[in-house]
Amino acid sequence: MNGPTLFGLCAAALIGFGLYGLIVNPQPLRKIIGFNVIGSGVFVLFGTIARRGAAVGMGGDPVPQALLITGIVVAFSATALAVALLLRLYDGRGLVTLDNEAAPTETTTDPSDA
Amino acid sequence: MTLALAVDIGLALLILAIAAWTIAVRDTFASVIGFVTYGLLLTLVWVRLALPDVALTEAAMGGGLTGILLIGAAAQLRRTEATVRTERLGILTRTLAAVLSVAVTLALSICVLNLPDPAPTLAPAAAANLDTTGVGNPVTAVLLAYRAMDTLLEAIVVLLALFGVWSLAHDRVWGGCPKLRTQADSEGILAYFARLLPPIGIIVGIYIFWIGADFPGGKFQGATILATMWLLVIGAGLAYLPPISRAWLRILLVAGPLVFMVIGFVGLVTAGAVFAYPDGYAKPLILAIEFALMPTLVLALALLVAGAPQRMPPQ
Repeated sequence: MNGPTLFGLCAAALIGFGLYGLIVNPQPLRKIIGFNVIGSGVFVLFGTIARRGAAVGMGGDPVPQALLITGIVVAFSATALAVALLLRLYDGRGLVTLDNEAAPTETTTDPSDA
Repeated sequence: MTLALAVDIGLALLILAIAAWTIAVRDTFASVIGFVTYGLLLTLVWVRLALPDVALTEAAMGGGLTGILLIGAAAQLRRTEATVRTERLGILTRTLAAVLSVAVTLALSICVLNLPDPAPTLAPAAAANLDTTGVGNPVTAVLLAYRAMDTLLEAIVVLLALFGVWSLAHDRVWGGCPKLRTQADSEGILAYFARLLPPIGIIVGIYIFWIGADFPGGKFQGATILATMWLLVIGAGLAYLPPISRAWLRILLVAGPLVFMVIGFVGLVTAGAVFAYPDGYAKPLILAIEFALMPTLVLALALLVAGAPQRMPPQ
């Protein structure tokens, strides 16, 4: 067992944790966090592959490293969009639920705007 | 067992524990705090994996900006906690979810243990052509020379996400100011830090941006630090976000990708391929792209955190 393999196994467990949280937590913000835990697990898994590709004096294969940086930035953008959608849902209905049956208890929507 | 491996095992266990707590804890706000801690600890994993460029990105983005974003959202959604808790799933669904998650983890673990040896790598190919790009950091060479198209699309994805966030504004505040939750106590500790930290943070951000050509660092990491400093000043109530209808804001937002695209397509004429750089001009062109992208990224990342416009600017 060496460092990269250890973190690879750690990444596999993180993806499992995130997947469980994504399915089980009813609160949408918790689902976004679960999705991000899956994402970071995938990044760490990819990072171990980059580390295994160390050669010619480089600490790791630079191509996966560049893709990881791209991936982290894109994951942040997607998270920001998801959070904005969630806050808009709260703004419109006064509650955040993915349950279609739930009736809104209160509303903060401006009537002239609806 | 070597000391390094012992450190790695301790770090992996700590991260797994925090991830499990983040998923399992009942309170959403506590979960968000767990996630920010988790993001900062992941930075140490990147350092242990000898990937410093990724470590800098993770520290700035995973721990910093995502933290501000999620803490703000969790604070706004606090009132919904009690309602959402009644929606707990049945035991059968939870068991099935656990079985599925364990199966995915096991399948991935088998893959990790059976990765090919020796590992395939593009490091020699990246090193062989490093001299022609003029930059010393192979990751920057990949981002802006070998796979420049990916980086262009990434910058455009950030902008598209921002347009998506803006388009969620109510009609009556379209073109108005995004409103970050602020702590307006001008004598408070946050206002003190918001005066003390930005001069240091701006220098660190620009340094990390500038050094990225030859050492770990680069525009994404630098831009994230600068965006965080801007949000700190705004969060302390010392400054305001501009209305999104401002012309200078919109010009700076599109300038980065536009310069990138123009340089990319000029390569078609001067060097025979899109995103090819003519001999000897690679380094200045890469620097030109980085300088143009920097303001775009600082503004776009900060405004992504700030969210949709909430109010019209005071007349």
